Parts: sequence; structure tokens; C-alpha cells
Amino acid sequence: MTSNFQPIAARPAPVRIEGVGPWVRTNLFGNWASSLTTLALLGLVAWWLPGFLRWAFVDAVFVPKAALCQAARETGGACWGVVAEKYRLIIFGRYPYAQQWRPAVATVAMVALLVVSCIRVFWRPWLALLWAAVLAFFFALMLGGFAGLEAVTTDRWGGLPLTVMVATLSIVLAFPLAVLVALGRRSHMPAIKTICVIYVELIRGVPLISVLFMASFMFPLFMPPGMSIDVLIRVLVGITLFSAAYMAEIVRGGLQAIPKGQQEAADTLGLSYWQAQRKVVLPQALALVVPGIMNNFIAIFKDTSLITIVSLYELTGSMGLALDSDSDWRPFKLTAYLFITAIYFIFCFSMSRYSLWIESQLSRSKNR
Amino acid sequence: MAVSASAPPKQPWSWRSRAARSVLYQIIALGMIGFAIWFLAHNTMLNMRVRGIQSGFGFLSSPAGFDIGELLIPYDSNDPYWRAFLVGVINTLRVAIIGTVLATLLGTLLGIGRFSRNALVRGLCSAYVEVFRNVPVLLQLLMWYLFMTTALPGPGDEKSILGLFFLSNGGLSYPVPVWGPGQALALAGALAGALLSWLWARRARRLFEQTGRPRPVLWPSLLLIVGGALAGWGLGGAPTDWNIPAPGTFSVNGGSSLTPEFLSVLLGLVLYTASYIAEVVRAGIASVPLGQTEAASAIGLSKGQQMRLVALPQALRVIIPPLTNQFLNLTKNSSLAVAIGYPDVVSISNTALNQTGRAIECITIIMAVYLITSLGTSALMNWYNQRAAIKER
Repeated sequence: MTSNFQPIAARPAPVRIEGVGPWVRTNLFGNWASSLTTLALLGLVAWWLPGFLRWAFVDAVFVPKAALCQAARETGGACWGVVAEKYRLIIFGRYPYAQQWRPAVATVAMVALLVVSCIRVFWRPWLALLWAAVLAFFFALMLGGFAGLEAVTTDRWGGLPLTVMVATLSIVLAFPLAVLVALGRRSHMPAIKTICVIYVELIRGVPLISVLFMASFMFPLFMPPGMSIDVLIRVLVGITLFSAAYMAEIVRGGLQAIPKGQQEAADTLGLSYWQAQRKVVLPQALALVVPGIMNNFIAIFKDTSLITIVSLYELTGSMGLALDSDSDWRPFKLTAYLFITAIYFIFCFSMSRYSLWIESQLSRSKNR
Repeated sequence: MAVSASAPPKQPWSWRSRAARSVLYQIIALGMIGFAIWFLAHNTMLNMRVRGIQSGFGFLSSPAGFDIGELLIPYDSNDPYWRAFLVGVINTLRVAIIGTVLATLLGTLLGIGRFSRNALVRGLCSAYVEVFRNVPVLLQLLMWYLFMTTALPGPGDEKSILGLFFLSNGGLSYPVPVWGPGQALALAGALAGALLSWLWARRARRLFEQTGRPRPVLWPSLLLIVGGALAGWGLGGAPTDWNIPAPGTFSVNGGSSLTPEFLSVLLGLVLYTASYIAEVVRAGIASVPLGQTEAASAIGLSKGQQMRLVALPQALRVIIPPLTNQFLNLTKNSSLAVAIGYPDVVSISNTALNQTGRAIECITIIMAVYLITSLGTSALMNWYNQRAAIKER
């Protein structure tokens, strides 16, 4: 009755789920539909890539010679020469050619300021002073008219410096207004609440272009006779009022996220309304809305391209200015568009990555 | 005593009380706003008198004197201004409505694509979203327009697609059926089918609630609608006449066509807005906890049912409010059509403004049109949102 001990077959080793091979197996060839999709997409890429490489690099012209570019157009190559030829005109617009180091320095200072402001260690009161100093530096350098610098009026400003400045300044100016409007919208006083609601809904209901038309055509009528205001300032006021309405809604979202108990606790301590807002509610609410404000900044940065419609030559406008009058280079406008598209993309993409990063930083206390 | 014990004692009225102060603040705020409005209005009146600008909407009934390239209603340059504005409003709505539908479809596909099991599909969808979201929409419109007008072949050698569609720098020509009683009957049949399928859906739901046995709804409805359309078409003599475009020497003749302006505005707005809608859809789907689908799977629902009955209704609640914002953004962004010469309401107002010099009136018209459209869209979406919201007691 005794039977020999018969061990069952050993189990196979567990399937490897880490490394390149398994990743490809699950993510590219998971089932037949997935495999088919992968093959189809790879086929498309293989079909399209050689032509693209030929257009972008092999047959492309990189030197600023219009005749070579014309020849490249026949063979189907890109003309990056247009960028090499016109990049200063595209980036700095009609700013006097010999003086273009000034907008370059001013823009670098402004971008550096933005980068510094993005780092949390520097969120200190002196940052506000730094902002004032850099903005003053920007305008002094751009306007000139002192210390041997040639005076340059604002109608010669253009290109990237204008884009960066309009976006930054309008957000900075809109911020205090947005906080006031957001507080006003939550106020218990019916008249103040109504004013804020009407302002926000009115502005959010109309396109930016109508606000810019208003700044451009109607604003001169609003001023006392004989008084004229620079078109750049009018447009800045328009964009500021526009972005303040959107930002007010973002700030209001932050205020709503703060529990009522915080306000009540501040009241119990005997703080006045403004003390309670300044010391208790706003610091918490504003920390929550940093990603939202960042997204608003990206939106405004993109929307500054609209001021070209009211004849301010920021990046989009200065590109048109650089190429439209030059019949040698006009055929390559699409390539020049790709160049400024890349500039906008680099700015906006890095800002959106930052926004995502700061969002994860702020919610770190909640996800553990 | 009927008075509740917890009612606070009435405070004696004083200038220092909170109520008095709030009245004071409100009076100051209203006073400041009132003064600002008076100041601006006063200056405007003064300026207009000095510069001899006439005001009022009387100009709307005088002849416009300019032609419009894109018409859905009859119009010529002798028609009054109000009719030109009407053409502009219709053009705006046309691009906004078609754009909304297309952007929603494309955006939903891209948003779902980011959950694909295939890494290539996921990567392509997120690359699309990042690229199109981070470039100004105005730039995209200008690029599409430049592409349409310079990179496409000129008249004479149009790009033919299946011999039915013709693409050139003059636009896209496409075949249309010759309108006749057959088509009208087919439409009527489809409508009747839709009505019947709505009735069947109601009955199927009642039967399901009474017996617990699910009845098919989707296929019978499709069958009823298609069957109705086919029956109407057959009754009308089954007309098969199509007006197919044919390339001529200088232009494409016959068929119907879309202008390059319309195509570039539509394409630019749809591709841009779709990238935002994709993010909205992705966030909505991601907001439904995994446990919901697992629970649905545990009670034996099929994959489709899990999506349709459990995941989607919950995702929609998160999706609808930001989706409304995207619809409004698309409508507002359609105002950028002015940059490439598509005759929308902003473009028409701009022309009228330059001709008559009535800045205030023309800009008021633009703002009123967009405000009404925005409020209308929000009202519609709020109504839908209420239907999709959680029903609590």
C-alpha cells in the first residue's frame, strides 16, 4: 500500500513585470487590437519620417540667402534662413537696430525676475521690492533718454520684450484688483456684491478683442478733451481689467475653500475684517490658488498676441512686420511662424510644467 | 411667548454699529461708481461734440455699402447696416456651433485616448494636447489661413479626393444632394422614427422598472430612425441626384463649397479647443474612483454597461461645468476671425466702425452679441447640469 512520494511539478518562475521587454509587451502589444494600433502608428511614422527629415534638415537652407531658399522651395526643403536673416527684427520689432541690446537686457532681467518669483524660498516681502526695482529698470532701459541712452518712444517697442512686459505687468496689476473683487463678491453688502458680480460677469462674457477695441477706439473719448494717453497704456489697462475678472474668480475659488471656522476664529480673537482677511484668510486662500494664477498667466501670455490687432507689434505682429514688406522673404512666412510658435511654446510649456509642479508641492501635505 | 429664546437682543441703533457702517460703505462705493460713470459720460459727450461725432443707432437703417464674402441669408451692399450685422451674427454662430460639436467629438476622443492601454496612443494624445494648448490660438488661425492660401494648389489643379471633394486655395468643394420632395420626406421619416424611438425608450424603461428585465433601446432606436428615413426616401421616389463639383479651368463648378477663411477659423478653433476639452474629459474620467468600476463589474455588468451606467454619469458631473467654459471660450475666440477676414460679427462691426466712426455703438453691438450668446449657452448648460447632478432626496 505504500506509494512512492511523487512531488508535483515545480511552478514556473513568476512572469517578469519590470524592465523594457515586459513594458513593451503590456504597453505596446497587450492584445491584438493594441498590437495592430502600434504597428499602424509605427508604419505611419516610418512612412512620414524620411520626408520630414529631408524637409527639415537634409534639403533645408540654414544660411540667410534668399536665392538659396527659393531653390530649396523647388526641391521641397525648409528655409530656416528666414529666421537667420530676420530674427532680430522678429524678436525686437521696430526698436532701433543699434540699440537692441537694451530690450535684450531688459527682457532677460524680466524673465530672470519671473524665474526667481517661481522659487518658493524667495517668497518673502523683499520680492515685492525686487519687482518694483526690475520693472523700473525695464522701463528706464527701454525708454532711455538719460545717461547718453537714446530716447525710444513706446511706438517703436515690439517683439518679445513687449509680449513679456504686457503679460507680466497686466498680471501684477490685476492681482490686487482681483483680490478686492473676490472679497467684494463674498461681501454681505448687497451694493458692493452687485457691483463686483456685474463687473466679473460682464468682462467674462465678452471676448478680449472687444475690450481691446474699447481701449483703442473708445478710451480716447472717455478722457477729458485735450488729454491723450499712450496706446500702450490704454491696452495695458484693458488687458489688466480683463485678466482681473478671470483672476477674481480664481481667488474666489480659493476663498471658498477656506473653512468658515477660520473666519469665525479670527472674529473671536477680535480681529477687524481687514485684519482677519490679511492675517488669516488670504494667506491660506492665496497659497491654494497659485496654480490657478499661473494658468491665468499662461492664458494672458498667449492672449497678448491679440494686441497686434490694435497695432501694437508684439511677437506675432513684429513677425508680420518683418516679413510683409520684404518680397524676397515673404514666401517663407510659414517657416517664420514656426519659429515664433516655438518661442511661445517654450514659454507656455515651461510655465505649465511649473504650475503642475507647484500644485503637487502644495497638495503634498494632503497626499501622504 | 412665540418669540424664540435664541433671538439676539435688538441692538440700539448707533453710527458705530456694523449695519450703519456697511450702509455708509455702500453709499461711498455707489457714489464713486456713479461719479466715474458720470465723468466718463460727460467727457464722451464733450469729446463727441468737439469732434463732431454723431451718435445713436439711427445709422443701422442706412445702406451699408460694403459686400460680404460669406452669406447664409441674402444680402447685398444696398441692404441696411442691421442686415450686415445680422449676417455677421449668423456667421459667428455658424462657426461657433459647428466648432463646438467637432471640438467636443475630437476632445472626447483625445481625452479617452489618454487612458489607452497602448503607450503610443497615450503619448500621441498627450503630445497633441501639450502642443496645441501652448500656442496662441490667434497664431494657429493665422498659420492655418496662410497654409490654406499659399501651400494649397491654386485653381486649375485642385487636389481631388475620390473625385467628389476638391481642395484648393479657393476652399473646399463638396457634393450635395439635389433638394427635392424625396429628401424632405426622408427627413420627415427620420423625425418620425426619432419620435417613435423616444416613446419606445420610455416604455422600455417602465417595463424594466416593473419586471427588472432590460430591453434593448439603442438598436431598435437606430433601426426606427434609419428605417423611417429610408421609408420616406422610398415614398418620395428614391431620388439619387447629387450635385457633384467638377473642376473647371478657373474654379470648381457645382456642388457646395466652404471658403478658406471659414475652414481656417473652424480648423484653428476646433484643434485648439479640443486640446482643452481633452483635459476636461481626462480629469472627469480620472475623478471616478476605480472602486466604482470594480463594483459594477462585481454585480455582473458588461464593460459597456459599466461605462454607460456607472462611470460616465459620475464623470459627466465633473465634466460639464468646465466643458461649458470651453464652449464659451470657443465662441469668444471665434472673434479672432477678424484677423483673417472671415466676416463674423466683430469683422462686420469693425468695417462699420471704420465707415461711420460710431465706435461706441459698434463696440456695444459686439459686446451685446457675445454677452447674449454666453448667457444663453450658460443657461442651457446649467439646465443640463441640473439634470446630470446628483439627485438627493
